[in-house]
Amino acid sequence: MGDPGGVIRLLVNGEEHRAQAGLTLAQLLTRLELPASRLAVERNLRVVPRERYDAEQLEDGDRLEIVTLVGGG
Amino acid sequence: MRSSLLTIAGQALGSRLIAGTGKYPSLEVMRQALEASGATMVTVAVRRVDLSRRGEGSILEVLTAGRYTLLPNTAGCYTADEAVRTARLGREAGLSELVKLEVIGDEKTLFPDTAGLLEATKTLVAEGFVVLPYTNDDVVMARKLRDAGAAAVMPLGAPIGSGLGIRNLVNLRLILEEITDIPVIVDAGVGTASDATIAMEMGCDGVLMNTAIAGAGDPVAMARAMKLAIEAGRLAFEAGRIPRKLHATASSPVEGMI
Repeated sequence: MGDPGGVIRLLVNGEEHRAQAGLTLAQLLTRLELPASRLAVERNLRVVPRERYDAEQLEDGDRLEIVTLVGGG
Repeated sequence: MRSSLLTIAGQALGSRLIAGTGKYPSLEVMRQALEASGATMVTVAVRRVDLSRRGEGSILEVLTAGRYTLLPNTAGCYTADEAVRTARLGREAGLSELVKLEVIGDEKTLFPDTAGLLEATKTLVAEGFVVLPYTNDDVVMARKLRDAGAAAVMPLGAPIGSGLGIRNLVNLRLILEEITDIPVIVDAGVGTASDATIAMEMGCDGVLMNTAIAGAGDPVAMARAMKLAIEAGRLAFEAGRIPRKLHATASSPVEGMI
């Protein structure tokens, strides 16, 4: 689980992603080319406040939902 | 008499029409239709970002530029838990406590699961949300939602997207008679301008619609029709209509006839 230098597996919006251990949520969003504005992220069923993206270190097996607002009624 | 502005949790809105943002043929048509509708509050849905298609023109840019108040919904949620999770994500994405709460109970009719709706309302009210629940045209459920702390009740006029108009005027009237301390907003079922006018003439505080505008032959023209329909209906309600009578009453003097 998250050895420094090791590889972790994440489930992002239902898709498996591999990343380096120690990756933060902010770094993941950058890697996915997603702007942090108007996004919301749920990590293992809990919403991560945007001010914590830098501090939030991801761990092996994390399930992430990254959502935005789209047209709807 | 009800307030002259639609006021939700202390916030007065510039229009009694709340517009949806789904199903428009293009972003530009949506932009023009929303402008023509006069709506200041618009609904949006919470969905996964598409990780394979980034950096495209976003609906949010249009809505931000238009300074609309965003009302995130929980459309597509079939359980209270899903709706609560979606509402929490919507709050984080939209930076607002407002939520149009939907807990759907049936795929064919999209009628609400009112047991789940009440449960989710209680949870979200406790978390500080301003909850606007989409509900049945049922006065008992409306009262329960109000007592649970909902900021408005939003009974359906007919199934979502059906365009059938208000199918049960009596049920809606019963809700309006009972729920006088928070807004009653007809949500779903409007097909054309007269449907919206009827709701407003009855004394509803507002109407929420999406398909009636977005799916019209000319969405921009229909948006303007809806704006006028809602204003006309509201004015007629405030003016006070004449009673219905079975027989004629002459409009011209009966004296002085030759």
